[in-house]
Amino acid sequence: MFGKLTWSAIPFDQPIPLAASVLVVVALAVVAITIVARGWWPYLWREWITSVDHKRIGVMYGVLAFVMLIRGFIDALMMRSQLALAADGAPGYLPPEHYNQIFSAHGTIMIFFVAMPFMIGLMNFAVPLQLGVRDVAFPTLNSVSFWLSAAGVLLINISLMVGEFAKTGWLAYPPLSELAFSPGVGVDYYLWSLQIAGLGSLLTGINFTTTILKLRAPGMGYTRMPIFCWTALCSNLLIVAAFPILTATYAMLLLDRYLGFHFFTNDGGGNAMMYVNLIWAWGHPEVYILVLPAFGIYSEVIATFSGKALFGYRSMIAATLAICVLSFVVWLHHFFTMGAGADVNAFFGIMTMIIAVPTGVKVFNWIFTLFGGRIRFTTPLLWSLGFICTFVIGGMTGVLLAIPPADFVLHNSLFLVAHFHNVIIGGVLFGAFAGYSYWFPKAFGFTLDERLGKAAFWCWLVGFYLAFMPLYLLGLMGATRRMQHYDVAGWQPLMIVALVGALVILAGVGFTALQLVVSIRTRERRRDRTGDPWHGRTLEWSTASPPPAWNFSVLPNVTQADAYWGMKRAGLTADNAANATGEWEPITVPRRTSVGVVLAFFSVVMGFALVWHIWWLAIVGLVGLGATGIAHAWRTEHEDEISADLIAESERARRKASA
Amino acid sequence: MSLVDALTEPGTPDSGDTPISERGPAPLPIVVAFGFWLFLLSDIVLFSALFAAYAVLSGQTDGGPAGPQLFNRTNVLIETGCLLTSSFTCGLLTLSIEARNRLATYLWAAVTFALGVVFLAFELTEFGRMVAGGAGPTRSAFLSAFFTLVGTHGLHVTVGLAWLATMMAQVATLGFRPMVVRRLLCFSLFWHALDIVWIGVFTIVYLGAH
Repeated sequence: MFGKLTWSAIPFDQPIPLAASVLVVVALAVVAITIVARGWWPYLWREWITSVDHKRIGVMYGVLAFVMLIRGFIDALMMRSQLALAADGAPGYLPPEHYNQIFSAHGTIMIFFVAMPFMIGLMNFAVPLQLGVRDVAFPTLNSVSFWLSAAGVLLINISLMVGEFAKTGWLAYPPLSELAFSPGVGVDYYLWSLQIAGLGSLLTGINFTTTILKLRAPGMGYTRMPIFCWTALCSNLLIVAAFPILTATYAMLLLDRYLGFHFFTNDGGGNAMMYVNLIWAWGHPEVYILVLPAFGIYSEVIATFSGKALFGYRSMIAATLAICVLSFVVWLHHFFTMGAGADVNAFFGIMTMIIAVPTGVKVFNWIFTLFGGRIRFTTPLLWSLGFICTFVIGGMTGVLLAIPPADFVLHNSLFLVAHFHNVIIGGVLFGAFAGYSYWFPKAFGFTLDERLGKAAFWCWLVGFYLAFMPLYLLGLMGATRRMQHYDVAGWQPLMIVALVGALVILAGVGFTALQLVVSIRTRERRRDRTGDPWHGRTLEWSTASPPPAWNFSVLPNVTQADAYWGMKRAGLTADNAANATGEWEPITVPRRTSVGVVLAFFSVVMGFALVWHIWWLAIVGLVGLGATGIAHAWRTEHEDEISADLIAESERARRKASA
Repeated sequence: MSLVDALTEPGTPDSGDTPISERGPAPLPIVVAFGFWLFLLSDIVLFSALFAAYAVLSGQTDGGPAGPQLFNRTNVLIETGCLLTSSFTCGLLTLSIEARNRLATYLWAAVTFALGVVFLAFELTEFGRMVAGGAGPTRSAFLSAFFTLVGTHGLHVTVGLAWLATMMAQVATLGFRPMVVRRLLCFSLFWHALDIVWIGVFTIVYLGAH
């Protein structure tokens, strides 16, 4: 009846996972009870859960990413404290099976459920506003994408309470991840959760590529698009081209595990290295899927707070496109030690170094944008400056690792761990925080507290260097990754420094949370009534904060890059332009739908059932998915009309507020 | 509005000298078709990964049977003929939709559906025969890759048949409204894309068996 699921799946004998599970369940129960008791449920359902508004979906992605950042960060703290203790024969406090689950969960969560939703959320929020349009190409599909990501998150968190997570590292290499060596449900949780979330990402890629290429305000040719839209376009093209490879690769591993196929097994002629090749054919583009939008955010932030147009706008586009293409010809540098031979390794080593060229172009463009600018040192700009310094270091250690002979020595060492944290924290996460503090006033209509924001930034920056510079040294000394304890007493001081760094980052996380609470409490003092708190350059700043559901009462007419800057220079605000006609026309907006959350529900049911081999329940999930899709196909009303009166009223209120 | 008109209609009426990229948001039919093309592209990438796996593993028979011993090329040729013909009838289906001819639409949809079913019957018969003969997907890496590649295509055909049946129910209940016509256009794109994939399967798997 319940497949492999029994009471022994609950970790009653392991105090740490059990306490964590109880804590999560209690927290969820408190949140649920509060929502029901205060009568917030109808509001949440109507305005958020079933919303197809790209701004709301963007905010929900952000919330998801923040929650999972906490989860992944707790994993990181546990690992750092274990390694600070487990020196010279000491066992530490985490047994190896548990430690292996923690580093696997940390990597999986941070990439798939923090970095991805954060970037996709910021794209959701900002891209249609920057393009000067009213929504994405497929608003319902957008909601489906979000809820599929949320379904993946739910499934991976269920593994904390029911069963176990993978002990295979974040990419689950076979043959370790094959049934013969990982007979438990951990790898199955990993695979199903990522298959479901990956489908959501693919649909996002299709949606945003279509949006950017087909829906732009009148006059917005390709070389007038904000640079964030360009980087988002390249990122989504990469999603469309790379995520199907991930789906196919995981499908093959699932067939091996569930039906006894021989894709990657040791017997039957399987080839485990094929998995490693395929997964990195997705995995390297994925790095750029994450970092390209971050590059776009830095470009917007640096241009805005330097009070100058971005230096080398067209070279920035060219560099972005070059990175987009080159990202597909470097995957083998993740496993030079496969033994493909000197020629193959040399090719991939050189291609990897070539990627540093367009990236260098970008760095110089940012520096020249700052040069001679009227710089305002706000929180988003601090994140961007911190990024430039940190990312250049991470990039240089990357070029070092791109040299195959050096890679043979440094492969799978803590040097590598330090390198990719250097580029992902310094590149993607700093970008996410820059975007968060930059667009927050647009999303909610009030600014974030600058002092606490800067405190958070400095803690993250200092904490990052304390936590990861020691890992470079330890890697050169021979410390390997995924190591639960070590015998060299001399490594311990550096491990302790790294733990201190992680604790400083913890203070940064604390300041971020505090900043949010304080800013919400003092929001009346920090209202953004003009819609343009930063003196911005692009179209999102031309509408109200927060923007109305229809974004723009009249679609802006674009005549140059930095469209809103041009309008302001010409003394022509969006208001004036709209006023010329004197009257408003009704606007249609996409109607809310519950199809996304219902599909996500059945996905979780199906995923959970497949993990535990509860076949009848899996069929229920599958039938539910199909039936929901078919029922949705008969929906004939897809839009609501916003009356001209409502628009006129909203415009009057806005003008009164900004006057 | 015919399908051709739907795809050529400019963003704003008579934009004159304005470049297409500056004409503002494209109309819905273009947006939908473009998005669906992107989906097909991503589907082709999925098949590329499966083709790559097949190419790597096609020689790994683990002492078991190889392609030439298992494949009946005559049957595969008939099977291929069915699928390619179904694409032709799918084209006739598109013309019937454009003419808003309900009867012809049902007729060509039925023929397309039937040919798809025959194709699947051939495929399943082949699979059944192979499994019964001890050459199932668990026998060797070669057979794992074969069943996955060909089976994924078959799964797509099955989904396509379900989609076609659903669309006919939509034509019957909702008529030729723009939403339904757009979906029918997407279906025909999907069906033709499956042909392209099958030509790859036929060439690489069946003609290339060694």
